[in-house]
Amino acid sequence: MIYRENGQFKTSYAADQQIFPILQDRWAILGILVFAFVAVPLLADEYLFRAILIPFLILSLAALGVNLLVGYCGQITLGAGAFMAVGAYAAYNFFVRVDDMPLLAALLLGGATSAAVGVVFGVPSLRVRGLYLAVATLAAQFFWDWAFLRIKWFTNDSSSGSVSVSNLSAFGWDLESPTDVYLFCLLILVVFALLAKNMTRGAIGRQWMAIRDMDVAAEVIGIRPMYAKLSAFAVSSFFLGVAGGLWGFVHLGAWEPAAFSLDRSFQLLFMVIIGGLGSIMGSFFGAAFIVILPIFLNQMLPWLGDLVGVSISTAGVSHAEIMIFGALIVFFLIVEPHGIARLWSTAKEKLRLWPFPH
Amino acid sequence: MARQIGEVILDLQNVSLSFGGVNALIDISFDVREHEVRAIIGPNGAGKSSMLNVINGVYRPQAGEIILRGEHFRQMNPYKAASAGIARTFQNIALFKGMSVLDNIMTGRSLKMKANIFQQAFRTGVAKREELEHRAKVEEIIDFLEIQHIRKTPVGRLPYGLQKRVDLARALAMEPQILLLDEPMAGMNIEEKQDMSRFILDVNDQMGTTIVLIEHDMGVVMDISDRVVVLDYGKKIGDGSPDEVRGNPEVISAYLGASH
Repeated sequence: MIYRENGQFKTSYAADQQIFPILQDRWAILGILVFAFVAVPLLADEYLFRAILIPFLILSLAALGVNLLVGYCGQITLGAGAFMAVGAYAAYNFFVRVDDMPLLAALLLGGATSAAVGVVFGVPSLRVRGLYLAVATLAAQFFWDWAFLRIKWFTNDSSSGSVSVSNLSAFGWDLESPTDVYLFCLLILVVFALLAKNMTRGAIGRQWMAIRDMDVAAEVIGIRPMYAKLSAFAVSSFFLGVAGGLWGFVHLGAWEPAAFSLDRSFQLLFMVIIGGLGSIMGSFFGAAFIVILPIFLNQMLPWLGDLVGVSISTAGVSHAEIMIFGALIVFFLIVEPHGIARLWSTAKEKLRLWPFPH
Repeated sequence: MARQIGEVILDLQNVSLSFGGVNALIDISFDVREHEVRAIIGPNGAGKSSMLNVINGVYRPQAGEIILRGEHFRQMNPYKAASAGIARTFQNIALFKGMSVLDNIMTGRSLKMKANIFQQAFRTGVAKREELEHRAKVEEIIDFLEIQHIRKTPVGRLPYGLQKRVDLARALAMEPQILLLDEPMAGMNIEEKQDMSRFILDVNDQMGTTIVLIEHDMGVVMDISDRVVVLDYGKKIGDGSPDEVRGNPEVISAYLGASH
């Protein structure tokens, strides 16, 4: 089937405003969803689920949250990890302190708590921007790292902030096998991605982008910067909080504050920069790049070494992995500073005109 | 529809604005009547843009009053001004570069869209209906300004003249009562200027919008404006019909230089 929109005429604004206005895209996304929900659980083994797919799904959700704030609203943040931590520990507290708290409710309440915290730490964005804001959000990171380590109440009096949960189930669905965990995460991710898409294509998304692109003009139009910025912080932190809850509850099972350290914040920021700022799709690309590529390199390098007759030691592989990974990041940023998502959309645009570009 | 110039809708009284030691505006008073085209002219640095920034609240004047439809304001702020029906375009186009033409114009409807963030996230009936209604209105403006062919184009890719037109479209999407235009024809060729003049007159005529306009092209100003106010070094040196202003010796000396 040729990728082309010729002859697909829109006769109403509703048809013009759907998420995937091109018929082929709709089929493609349907295909991907069927593949992810039906084929993957049949094909993948436990290692693939635990090491790659589940982290990928959860970090995609987190990257989506960061992208809403950084990519759509233009407010740079280095506190993403902290909001994940807040989500995870808040969900933990709801889960263990309230009797019969359902898992999903605990996760959503964790997200809501994180959203409230996000609004508080978003207040500096009303005054400062750019690098200064990044430093201000760094405060969130340090504060919550410290809080979960030192304030015993948050961690139900456990030592050094390490907590664990077990016997998870949602709606009578036991989340024991990796397949179930995978499907649970996938379901949440799909729903949240849809919500994110709806917001970004609606009035609130336009307000965020207006603030990002030209805040004075946005104000003159009647957009209130305070509402736009703080709502972006809230929504972003909500996504991050839910992702943090998932990361702790269903991926790690037992965790300590180090799971949501500054490294995590940087990792998420890199994901959205490499994937594509201001693109829902870019969040997935970025998460895939950062989660899957190192593992892929790790597997590929010894094999490549054998191919040319050189045996590479395990230490050598991990060094080379980091070096190649770093080089690829630099390469991508030079070739396409707007991220993989831009490469993707350029390719699609070319394809729409192919083979007659003029 | 015959255009009827009405009562004073916007009245500025003794407005002074300074930045540190620089006096951008010194004790300026002038009024704008409903439905008229009011031009502000003056040499570079005369304080014309500052004047518009005071009217829609981007700058806060140190002294003076702004009277909008009988309501007195010491200072405006952008949100208040927008809610009161004041829209503006910018001298150095201030479009949202990362967004399409359509989205740029849709942002102009922000104040009129009421669905909350949850309704939007779940795209409930309310949010969906609202989006469609406002899209229809925006399409009218797109038709009016003849930019149908570029509605899906990212504004960054458009040539300068079209960007200016999108800037105007975004302001019109607010359905303003008073439209402030900051050099809408700067940097345009003669044809683009003609088009833009026509659009401005059509807006004024068909929508009844009051227009306050800064422009350097004297031919355009004299042709389309009803009254002109002249600024020089932050002071008002002339005010009246285009003919009166043209004959004013102070204005002539400000523009051509006085003979010594």
